[in-house]
Amino acid sequence: MTTTLAPAAAPTGRGPWQLARAELRRRTSVKISLAVVALFLVMAAAAPLLSRLGGWSPEEFDKTAVDPYLGGQPLGTLGGISADHWLGVEPVTGRDLFARVVHGAQVSLLIAFAATAIVVVAGTAAGIAAGYFGGRTDAVLSRLMDLTMSFPSLIFMIAMMSVAKDVNRIALMTAVIGLFGWPGIARVVRGQTLSLKHREYVDAARVNGSGSWRILTRDILPGVAGPVIAYTTLIIPGMIATEAALSYLGVGVRPPTPSWGQMIAESVAFYDTDPMYFVIPSACLFLTVLAFTLLGDALRDILDPRGSRS
Amino acid sequence: MILYIGRRLLGVTGVLIAIAAVTFTIFYVLPSDPAAAACGKSCSVERLAAIRTHMGLDEPVWKQFWEFASGIFTGRTMGSGQYALHCDFPCLGYSYENSESVWGLLMDRLPVSASLALGAAVLWLVLGLSAGVTAALRKDTLTDKVLMVGAVAAASLPVYFTSMMLIYGLIRTAGLLPYPQYVPFGSDPVHWASNLLLPWLALAVLYAAMYARQSRSSMIETMAEPYIRTARAKGLPRRTVVVKHGLRAGMTPILTIFGMDLGGLLAGAVITESIFGLPGIGRLFYGALSSGDQPVILGVTLLAAAFIVVANLAVDLLYAVVDPRVRY
Repeated sequence: MTTTLAPAAAPTGRGPWQLARAELRRRTSVKISLAVVALFLVMAAAAPLLSRLGGWSPEEFDKTAVDPYLGGQPLGTLGGISADHWLGVEPVTGRDLFARVVHGAQVSLLIAFAATAIVVVAGTAAGIAAGYFGGRTDAVLSRLMDLTMSFPSLIFMIAMMSVAKDVNRIALMTAVIGLFGWPGIARVVRGQTLSLKHREYVDAARVNGSGSWRILTRDILPGVAGPVIAYTTLIIPGMIATEAALSYLGVGVRPPTPSWGQMIAESVAFYDTDPMYFVIPSACLFLTVLAFTLLGDALRDILDPRGSRS
Repeated sequence: MILYIGRRLLGVTGVLIAIAAVTFTIFYVLPSDPAAAACGKSCSVERLAAIRTHMGLDEPVWKQFWEFASGIFTGRTMGSGQYALHCDFPCLGYSYENSESVWGLLMDRLPVSASLALGAAVLWLVLGLSAGVTAALRKDTLTDKVLMVGAVAAASLPVYFTSMMLIYGLIRTAGLLPYPQYVPFGSDPVHWASNLLLPWLALAVLYAAMYARQSRSSMIETMAEPYIRTARAKGLPRRTVVVKHGLRAGMTPILTIFGMDLGGLLAGAVITESIFGLPGIGRLFYGALSSGDQPVILGVTLLAAAFIVVANLAVDLLYAVVDPRVRY
């Protein structure tokens, strides 16, 4: 009996990262959210270019676009959307909303990303150190995590931002937001490190005479990379929202520098007469946060299947 | 158990002292001169010096902190001579702005913030957990997808956006609800609730969305545990399996985040209170910021921290009740 067996599909040797990429490409929500994220990233990166293309700088007044007899209402429909002002203008001043939104994206995303970087680097370092070295290092770091988590972070951030006055607001805000975020990721990494440090391959490396630094960077760090990447994507929306909340409360970046939260705060006074002024920055904020959350959900499902269930 | 509680209480005190020290240091290291703020514009050098002495600002920072920290537990006398002012336990100092005792100010405002936080918490627990558990039990069905898309969208809405939409939709356009005005619960519970309904909703939307997401994943994990299969195999009705076996274990992670969230909100939801004009601790804090009223800022921060650590402690103790695996 001769049957022609189809040759068993040779194992293609796809590593976990390739599998993850294939899985990501399969999902529609990932494609859409990636597109939205990319759109806003380009907007932020090319803000000066885009606003020059639109013909207005974010701080330029245009008195011809508002009606002085109607309390500075934008002329035309939908908050003054026209060929000249793509997203309309701010009431009273007539500043171009398109230019302000793209420059606002730059400020908001810059702070959110920089704060995330601080949180991830500090959190991963602390988590790995606590998990790997254990003992007194772990005790001290874990107490520090508990302490940081007991801080009423939003109240504390507001207080710090309002006390410090004459410094670089963007740098200060990044530092203040970054200061309170690290324990969350440190706990995840610590748990992961604890489960990795007695695996055979780590023991083998130790027996072979690898030093702590080498083991940490070559053996442990790649093992915690998956959850860290997923967690990073999931904390970005929180960072964007925090930046917006601080700016909304008026303790963020100082005018005339635009940021989304600050634009929303200013637009609240006009929500009745010029709703578009309120809608545009709110929609940007909503879409960015939503897109990053969806992306983070997908990454967590794929890179950290345990974490997604716990 | 008692030993455990004792140890935890000691830890709580330690955390609070550390937070007080950090807060205190920040406000002294960062440039701000409360004496100048209290003295006003036309202030003579002698008067400024007198105020400094009265406030104890000429003492070294550690001594000021010691005075402050011990004052919380024992009360203290501020200033000397004819201006001496006795500040009773628990002394958090006096507001620079209107010379009222900070403790008194906080306690005046606490009912408002607590009403807001507790009402919203009830709302978001009911909404969030029922949505999350429903979605988990009907995993991968249309119900699940609709609920989760709604949750992820609602979790992306900032609270000030939701608040403005609610104000616009329910007050301005439909005229269904009054513009919130705080009415104490004791004087008129019905008006208390109807006035707070809108702020509760605004706050609850965000948290309900987060809790729905959390409880769904936690519940899915629990329902996949072997002991649930055992319970099913014994022939228990589905209801009993879900409610008595599933929920109990599935909800313990929720308890942890609930403790932190509620603790954080009890000492004032700054944004919600300022949008709806509720005279709670959050508004007090926001007002104190603009006038540089340091004792009030310090007081609110400490109270908020106290609520968080006490809520965490309560949650850990509740764990022993809810989760039979936990023994202290």
